[in-house]
Amino acid sequence: MKFGVVVFPGSNCDRDIAMVTEGIFNQTTRMIWHQETDIDDLDIIILPGGFSYGDYLRCGAIARFSPVMKSVIQHVEKGKLVLGICNGFQVLTEAGLLPGALTRNRNLHFICDQIPIRIEHNNSLWTKGYQSEEVVCFPIAHGEGNYYADEDTLKELEDNGQILFRYCGKKGEINDENNPNGSSKNIAGIINKKGNVLGMMPHPERASDTVLGFSDGKALFANLL
Amino acid sequence: MSVPFTPQEIAAEGIKPTEYEEIVNRLGRHPNKAELGMFGVMWSEHCCYKNSKPLLSQFPSDGDRILVGPGENAGVVDFGNGLRVAFKIESHNHPSAIEPFQGAATGVGGILRDIFTMGARPIAILNSLRFGNLDNPHTRRIFKGVVEGISHYGNCVGVPTVGGEVYFNSAYSGNPLVNAMAIGLMETDDIVKAGASGIGNPVLYVGSTTGRDGMGGASFASAELTDESMDDRPAVQVGDPFLEKSLIEACLEAFKTGAVVAAQDMGAAGITCSTSEMAAKGGVGIELDLDKIPAREKAMIPYEYLLSESQERMLFVAHKGREQELIDIFEKWGLHAVVAGKVIPESIVRILHKNAIAAEVPSTALADNTPIYHHKVLTNPPEYAMKAWAWREEELPEVEKNGVKEQNWEQILLTLLDTPSIASKRWIYRQYDHQVQNNTVMLPGGADAAIIRVRPVNGKPQLAKTGIAATTDCNPRYVYLEPNLGAKLAVAEAARNLSCVGAEPIAVTDNLNFGSPEKPIGYWQLHHACQGISEACREFQTPVTGGNVSLYNETIDSEGNPQPIYPTPVIGMVGLIPDINKICGQGWQQEGDLIYILGKFNPSFGASEYLATIHDTVAGKPPELDYELEKQVQEVCRDGIRQGLVKSAHDVTEGGISVALAESCISGKLGAKVTLPKINARLDKVLFGELASLIIISINPENKNLWESLLTEKLGDNWQKIGEVKSTNLMINNLINLDVKTITDTWEKAIENRL
Repeated sequence: MKFGVVVFPGSNCDRDIAMVTEGIFNQTTRMIWHQETDIDDLDIIILPGGFSYGDYLRCGAIARFSPVMKSVIQHVEKGKLVLGICNGFQVLTEAGLLPGALTRNRNLHFICDQIPIRIEHNNSLWTKGYQSEEVVCFPIAHGEGNYYADEDTLKELEDNGQILFRYCGKKGEINDENNPNGSSKNIAGIINKKGNVLGMMPHPERASDTVLGFSDGKALFANLL
Repeated sequence: MSVPFTPQEIAAEGIKPTEYEEIVNRLGRHPNKAELGMFGVMWSEHCCYKNSKPLLSQFPSDGDRILVGPGENAGVVDFGNGLRVAFKIESHNHPSAIEPFQGAATGVGGILRDIFTMGARPIAILNSLRFGNLDNPHTRRIFKGVVEGISHYGNCVGVPTVGGEVYFNSAYSGNPLVNAMAIGLMETDDIVKAGASGIGNPVLYVGSTTGRDGMGGASFASAELTDESMDDRPAVQVGDPFLEKSLIEACLEAFKTGAVVAAQDMGAAGITCSTSEMAAKGGVGIELDLDKIPAREKAMIPYEYLLSESQERMLFVAHKGREQELIDIFEKWGLHAVVAGKVIPESIVRILHKNAIAAEVPSTALADNTPIYHHKVLTNPPEYAMKAWAWREEELPEVEKNGVKEQNWEQILLTLLDTPSIASKRWIYRQYDHQVQNNTVMLPGGADAAIIRVRPVNGKPQLAKTGIAATTDCNPRYVYLEPNLGAKLAVAEAARNLSCVGAEPIAVTDNLNFGSPEKPIGYWQLHHACQGISEACREFQTPVTGGNVSLYNETIDSEGNPQPIYPTPVIGMVGLIPDINKICGQGWQQEGDLIYILGKFNPSFGASEYLATIHDTVAGKPPELDYELEKQVQEVCRDGIRQGLVKSAHDVTEGGISVALAESCISGKLGAKVTLPKINARLDKVLFGELASLIIISINPENKNLWESLLTEKLGDNWQKIGEVKSTNLMINNLINLDVKTITDTWEKAIENRL
């Protein structure tokens, strides 16, 4: 598999992803400057975390106009894979590749933590390395991860099995107490209808190297190869 | 010619009448307005250390691992295998007092620039913070603003904030301390330095635009805060971490081309400081044309350009003919890069504006040949100290059967754990991205020091074995009550914290936060603390590679009474971990593990948190420090960790052994049954008294014999087995029996409950 990691000005998790895809999984990984448009050689595009364009205006709102995004949309239309993590998820919603929006955390603070996440089902190429309803531990680090969508959209997401990750308690409880940022239905990550675009607030790339104490993210990358 | 300024105009630049005469001597004429402003900022304590230079010169600064010592933007040490680590601490106290969010944010931005200016990529940030008490609404506003500011800047710029320390004490109510330390890993072959060279080489201005923000911030930082200081808000800079992130990438890319001769960030005193320091260090001159500088505001006059502290700007000297290469890199990152001047042979800084010379000053007059004040040190300790030392423990109420002052020992322990200075700092560090860059080996709160894997920017994780441990330490009450001993104890604690994670202490960066040196007590504190640091750094072989001095930390209340802060010499120390798999945290690991203390159990009341919190008494002297014992204890702890014997290690500090045991329980989510050594002392002294050189560790019982023979060999009698990791309660003798959950809840919510 050939990975591409988009670098917007202000991206800051781009190299962390390459450390996993290239450093740990030995996959060819190319950094894509946001002004590039030729990404045909790549199988999986990852939009990394960070603060693209300083999060000015709204998270991801400026990045979506970067030249590379037109090519990313074409990449999606061809059925190829796109993963947006954290700021990358915000860019995907702004670009209309995923429904809903990510707003300011309920407590108005940035939250960096390592918390339980429930894998909703493993009937997706992104989660086939996990058990359905398995509880894993992923790091989160965001100020605007409060997922919002209207009732109809939420229902559609549920009905189509588009919700892949939810914030939960240690035993998988989905409730308000275990919702760090106020997201609707505790949503932490969703896919598009076709299933080839995933956006998630947690950072699987920060949980892929055992030396750092967290390794539950490894299965996500391992199963893309 | 008569003096072209009124005494008020001169004083407004922070210049004393005698200093004005010195300026005239150096120039051979009267300065103009712009030049006067340049001298004002460059001759401030913040820039030229006029009060502290004689004291700083005694610090040890050489060592086998020291690649760059004091005088450059940051110190650089050799971590072996080609790994070179740059690090430095800096204060942003006064701006944070006036505008906490921007003050703290730009403090982080400034220290990061010091690191990447050297060619090092910033890999970690630590913070040492001091606030008033949280029951004061003004303090709460400052506290929240500072945390938010650090979070905003550090998170966005993509450098993990991995550790630090926070104390709360009314001594800091009007004058918080915000000290930020940054660590970087050298990415360029050559360390980029500040000395300009090559007559005719172009001088490039790069980064953000220049505006009127932060005007005269360095002078402002070198004066007492008053009720009117709120009107000085324009002296506080405004930061943009997004620009800084791009600036990091662009600078490192630019340095790697080899086209850059020298670089200097624009921090305090902006263009004035960077041009004069680059010129003075290179023994050359610089001519700079202000008309070329990208401005964000219209109609700025030279005085404003020269004193602006707009953020995210740098000055480069480039090799002639290679300007365009550099300009292209900066433009790719959306940043400015313009040729604004050149290196000239005469040792002067010449500033042009509208085709005329706006200022022309010998560069050394601004940067090197600056005033120095030698103050007299009080020969006898000041009254406050004598009075505090006269305190005797007989003044305390008598110990009752189960406690003191109608509180039992369990209640007292919980009260101490509920003290914000001791309590969990989770509310704070949860707002800091502490994992970005994928090298954070130890999460905040998990150990006595932060641990980062030292991995080159695109390096394979499997190949990165070296770790760096870092800590910032200073118990200001100790320093207040005995500046010399207190400062030594700060160095000892920093080294001990590094040893508790298995790291060998390597080098120090210090941040001297003191009151006015012009007052006898202030100077007495500064003088003795510097001696203490100097002696202890020699003992631990941790040279000082640089740092920062922040004096005049006093607030003047409405009645005009100066209120000095506790003298706070913060010690930032870095340590080397040869193998990141051989480390440990502070929490118990497994039930049945045996608990030992390393060191001599000789607690005392002096300067303790127990006296301050439970008896409202700030008195006595801090605990004695025995260098030999301290070094032996640290060494055996490190050895034990590296041999895989020691499973947890935590040193005993504020709140004494009971608090330290409670913290190991909280962190490990396990209880412990402990019998403290029998000593002839009041029970409260045994439980909560403080001491130096004591570490609590736990080991697997299988290794008991091996471990104990190692201890006897290295420490003689100075160790003891005190108990084992057990069940869900912390049990100390038959005095304390508390469930770990209760302890944890109290400790974890203390700060949040006060907000």
